[in-house]
Amino acid sequence: MSRLDPPRINRRSFLSLASLGSFFAALGTAAAGIFRLPNPAVLPGPVRRFKLGPPEQFSAGSETAFGEQNLVLFRDDDGFYAISSTCTHLGCTVARSKDGFACPCHGSRFDSKGSVIGGPAPRPLPWLEVSRAANGDLVVNADNEVPEGTRYRV
Amino acid sequence: MAETATREFLHNLHELPHTVKDACFRLGKTPESEREESQATFHNLFLHIHSVRVHVRTLKPTLTFGLGLMATASFVITIITGVLLMVYYKPSTDLAYQSIKDIHFTVSTGRFIRNIHRWSAQLMVLTVLLHMARVFFTASYKKPREFNWLVGLGLMVITLALSFTGYLLPWDQLAYWAITIGSNIANSPRELTDAIGITKFFDPGGFQKRLLLGANYVGEDALIRFYVLHVFVLPLTLVTLLGVHFWRIRKDGGLAKPEDPMGGLAEWGGERRTVFQPLATKTYGLMALVKGKRPPVNRGPENTVMSWPHLFWAELSVFMITVATTLILSFYSDAPLKELANPAIPENPAKAPWYFLGIQELVSYSAFTGGLLIPVIVVVGLALIPFLDRRPGGEGTWFGTKSERSVFWQSFFFALAVSVGMLAFTVNYGWLRSWFPNIHQLWIIAINPGSLLVLIFAAWSLFILKRKDSVRLAAVSLFTCFLVGFTILTYFATVHRGPNWHFYWWPSQWPVH
Ligand code: HEM
Ligand code: FES
Repeated sequence: MSRLDPPRINRRSFLSLASLGSFFAALGTAAAGIFRLPNPAVLPGPVRRFKLGPPEQFSAGSETAFGEQNLVLFRDDDGFYAISSTCTHLGCTVARSKDGFACPCHGSRFDSKGSVIGGPAPRPLPWLEVSRAANGDLVVNADNEVPEGTRYRV
Repeated sequence: MAETATREFLHNLHELPHTVKDACFRLGKTPESEREESQATFHNLFLHIHSVRVHVRTLKPTLTFGLGLMATASFVITIITGVLLMVYYKPSTDLAYQSIKDIHFTVSTGRFIRNIHRWSAQLMVLTVLLHMARVFFTASYKKPREFNWLVGLGLMVITLALSFTGYLLPWDQLAYWAITIGSNIANSPRELTDAIGITKFFDPGGFQKRLLLGANYVGEDALIRFYVLHVFVLPLTLVTLLGVHFWRIRKDGGLAKPEDPMGGLAEWGGERRTVFQPLATKTYGLMALVKGKRPPVNRGPENTVMSWPHLFWAELSVFMITVATTLILSFYSDAPLKELANPAIPENPAKAPWYFLGIQELVSYSAFTGGLLIPVIVVVGLALIPFLDRRPGGEGTWFGTKSERSVFWQSFFFALAVSVGMLAFTVNYGWLRSWFPNIHQLWIIAINPGSLLVLIFAAWSLFILKRKDSVRLAAVSLFTCFLVGFTILTYFATVHRGPNWHFYWWPSQWPVH
């Protein structure tokens, strides 16, 4: 076979196809990797279980705002309940208003049970799980939602 | 022998100032002939992205208003001042705020540099938007410039991303809450996936937010990510794309201009002459190797002048105007710095920078529609323009085709009336949630003042398409509606939205707390 015979061209085109193929395969894998790495496997962050003190501290009919924990603790005749004060729209902290809660950021309004009564918020304010620690203190787990109306009796 | 070497050495030493100067400045003097002028252009790395000659039409200030250049100039200024700020800035939640405070109050010239960085960044956003408008209204996106229009859009998105990421770095109240809102907008596909109940299996919103923040709240991880994006990834991408942008302008034959603007004639040396037509059979140097309507070589073809000095003086003056504007603004007006970020209490009102306030107004109707859907529709719509409007005509002329100006004004007043009317209605009567508290969220995602505006504008543009029987005029009407809508929403959210996002006539009427 002479050096200029057609088979050489075929081999060359096979090689170029193979290199092109491997290039795109590598590119795809690299792109997937580039998005895989910044997607954290474990979300860092503080534990969102808050000890709020002994139950006797809160009288029936009271409400206590915990600013740093972003929740409001209520006590009525049926028991305790906690409502998150993080707006379900885009995460601002709602403030207590006359008829419930109002969000400063885009004007969402909620009634005193957390249901939406106006503005862009898509969901009611979450009710959070209330329980007690070993020493008897009330504990609110801000990562656990409970259905609206759930009370915790002491 | 030794003597001659010594003498040669001494001679070289003596000549040193000249030889070094000659090595650095090839020409060594102000160019005098056109030959030397062209050498001055293409022997310099930074000048040679320009062609040697430019068309006189493209030099007229009223064609471009120098807007693209102003954007470039403000970008250069942000780079220089940004590097200076990096000397003191510390990207950590414990130190960031204090380091900005140091820069602002103790570092000598720190406040001035910070102000310049702020102002030039704002100027860049403004000029990029205006530049896009000028490219659109001079029909300069048409063949062969479609690709450069897309590159330009990429530049616009990166410019906005740069200012968004920069906003977090001071770690003050404004920064913290604007980014909380921004990252929750990235999370807002959840509004849709929640509404149809599939978030457990398919959660693009959560993914985007995690990618942005590295956590599910704005903290250390978010700050580092934003810092890396702001000082490295985005500027580098922008510089690269900018290179492509400039290179394309050159390859597309300079700025867009009408086909043969003077009817085959050209002014040259005070008289009119027939235009030089390059022959297909002949090679005119390197420039003839590329396809396209380049300014041909040889003397006096179709109204071109030497880039050196005409174009370069013009560019330098635009550059200096930009520098002067930022300096004056920075001298009189300080960049804001609020209190240290406090995750317990938001700013009230918590406003994003002005160019995002239009979006913030839309977001106050529906997070997903206003924060993601409509912006994506707008960007995709802008990207499609050069591919849907393909008929040549009007390039390089403001409102160049028939009845463009009148369609512009009609659309202008139409969009003005509709946007103002929509806002007035929403402020006075509220929206679906206030009338039907239990309505399903899907209804609000689909039907809200923002989505209605988009629909009305689209319908208007279709109406123009039918009535005027022209794709370009339909595009003009839609683009005008978009500009007016954007401006009105931005203005409205800036001036008329106060605490709790309530309507106020003036900020002076905001309740004090
Ligand atoms: C960082 C942002 C940008 C910079 C620094 C920039 C810079 C420039 C410059 C210096 C020019 C030369 C002419 C002039 O000054 O008008 C230009 C032309 C052009 N730009 Fe941009 N640009 C940017 C964004 C955009 C955007 C957002 C678009 C549109 C979506 C765009 C599309 C174009 C097109 C099509 C041309 C050619 C115009 C013609 O041929 O007349 N650019 N750009
Ligand atoms: S974050 Fe509460 S209304 Fe937008």
